[in-house]
Amino acid sequence: MAMTDKWEVVIGLETHAQLQTQSKIFSGAATAFGAAPNAQACAVDIALPGVLPVLNRKAVVCAIKFGLAVGAQITPRSIFARKNYFYPDLPKGYQISQFEIPVVQGGGLSIRVGDAEKFVNLTRAHLEEDAGKSLHEDFQGKTGIDLNRAGTPLLEIVTEPDMRSAEEAVAYAKALHALVQWIGICDGNMQEGSFRCDANVSVRRAGEPLGTRREIKNLNSFRFMQQAIEYEIQWQINEIEEGRKIQQATVLFDPDKGETRAMRSKEDAQDYRYFPDPDLLPLEIKPEWISDVKASMPELPAAMQARFQAEFGLSAYDASILTASRGMADYYVVAVSAAGAANAKAVANWIMGDLAARLNKADMPIDASPISATQLAGLIQRITDNTISNNIAKKVFEALWNGEGVNADDIIDKQGLKQITDTGAIEQIIDEVLAANQKSVEEFRAGKDKAFNALVGQAMKATKGKANPQQVNDLLRKKLTAG
Amino acid sequence: MSLNLEEVTRIARLARIELSSTEADATREQLNGIFGFIEQLQSVDTKGIAPMSHAVDVVQRLREDKVSEADRRAAFQAVAPDVEAGLYLVPKVVE
Repeated sequence: MAMTDKWEVVIGLETHAQLQTQSKIFSGAATAFGAAPNAQACAVDIALPGVLPVLNRKAVVCAIKFGLAVGAQITPRSIFARKNYFYPDLPKGYQISQFEIPVVQGGGLSIRVGDAEKFVNLTRAHLEEDAGKSLHEDFQGKTGIDLNRAGTPLLEIVTEPDMRSAEEAVAYAKALHALVQWIGICDGNMQEGSFRCDANVSVRRAGEPLGTRREIKNLNSFRFMQQAIEYEIQWQINEIEEGRKIQQATVLFDPDKGETRAMRSKEDAQDYRYFPDPDLLPLEIKPEWISDVKASMPELPAAMQARFQAEFGLSAYDASILTASRGMADYYVVAVSAAGAANAKAVANWIMGDLAARLNKADMPIDASPISATQLAGLIQRITDNTISNNIAKKVFEALWNGEGVNADDIIDKQGLKQITDTGAIEQIIDEVLAANQKSVEEFRAGKDKAFNALVGQAMKATKGKANPQQVNDLLRKKLTAG
Repeated sequence: MSLNLEEVTRIARLARIELSSTEADATREQLNGIFGFIEQLQSVDTKGIAPMSHAVDVVQRLREDKVSEADRRAAFQAVAPDVEAGLYLVPKVVE
């Protein structure tokens, strides 16, 4: 970090979230992923003469949901504009977007990097249509155009330049990714391009005005985002330290080489000559519509996080992990309601500990967990009521994961894992252990505490781990000091 | 406000319109004529009047999110200059 000490990094993010609609934003063509090329590009999408765009109500509902979720202003009358540029996968020669008056203005998102919490302000979010796809593989020396994606509804979400490191940028992108899925407006599938980020990165010496930014386009994984931004920061610092000036540019990240490189100079390309689209009238959103949408929304992660802290006594950290995704939160809520609020902390620990580790190892999302929330709750209840020890619980957990029983009780029963709590039975085992380990007994009496642990170990081994360890401890100490 | 020849050439390039130098001169005159009209409009006092984004003062009608368009690729591609494997082919574009 010594190198970057005197440098301040400034990052703003633009994210394109593909909205979960059946049909396109301005036409009735389907949006399903993976269709045959151009099979979902209708007359409006391919810009045949005489067609008119008609706005999809669902896309607007998605924008309203997002605005409500980030505490933004929903603009009562927003305007669609034409963004003019030429590219073969943009049949009209302009993209319908919003410019001066976007549908969502302001708001923000809380992010967490390590222990620090930070608020990232949003500038705006606007509705627009996606372009088609250009396939540059060789088609007799030509470029192939697939317009299926043309007209797919997008919400472009723009932050203020509030982030100061690659970590913060990634934390914001992850929080946003979780939120759009949480409120059900975007499927978040980054491989299919449903959630893509552009990062505007600049550096400046502490206290100086903002430096010239370069925009890293189309970051479609969090790992690439981290790598690309880190590389870009270091590159810009080196350039300036070697006396060169940063030129405003659009750059692409090459994951194979781990570096960014300039795509085109922005001079011409940036002159988009926006103007209001005469084909579309102002989008009016009345307060009643906003209240209707609000009533249909799920509890938001921030509210749920506060509730988990208040209701279940979880730490802010635990509550934030458990509300990191809708799947995680749903799992926790079901597990706690089955295990009882008294076990809320234990449920949290199991989910964030053993279950998370196991899911991680199997590379599975929590929604696909082989152990259901109710099964986990059943397991935890058997620990709390002393039917099994924590150690045995881990065995039962593995068995549940492998589908060896319908629930914890079934496995405990079938595999004979019930904890031995009968004092008489434990005493009998201890007597046998003492008789067989006279040497350890003498060592203990000679003042060696280690010998005691060895005897506890022997007793636990003799019960195959099923004795209550605390009970074994107490009984053993009583016998040794009494004798 | 009036445009110089350089600005006219730049606008033409952005619009992908090829202009000879005589055409550029003529276009400049025409555009500057239009700017004259705009100046006339701008001289009207509009203080306190909310700007309109459309000539008609009504709001956008919305459609329900339903798929209504069938696949008509074959018909559309019948009039395209060049197609292959369902794709429209265009002169090679390289970034």
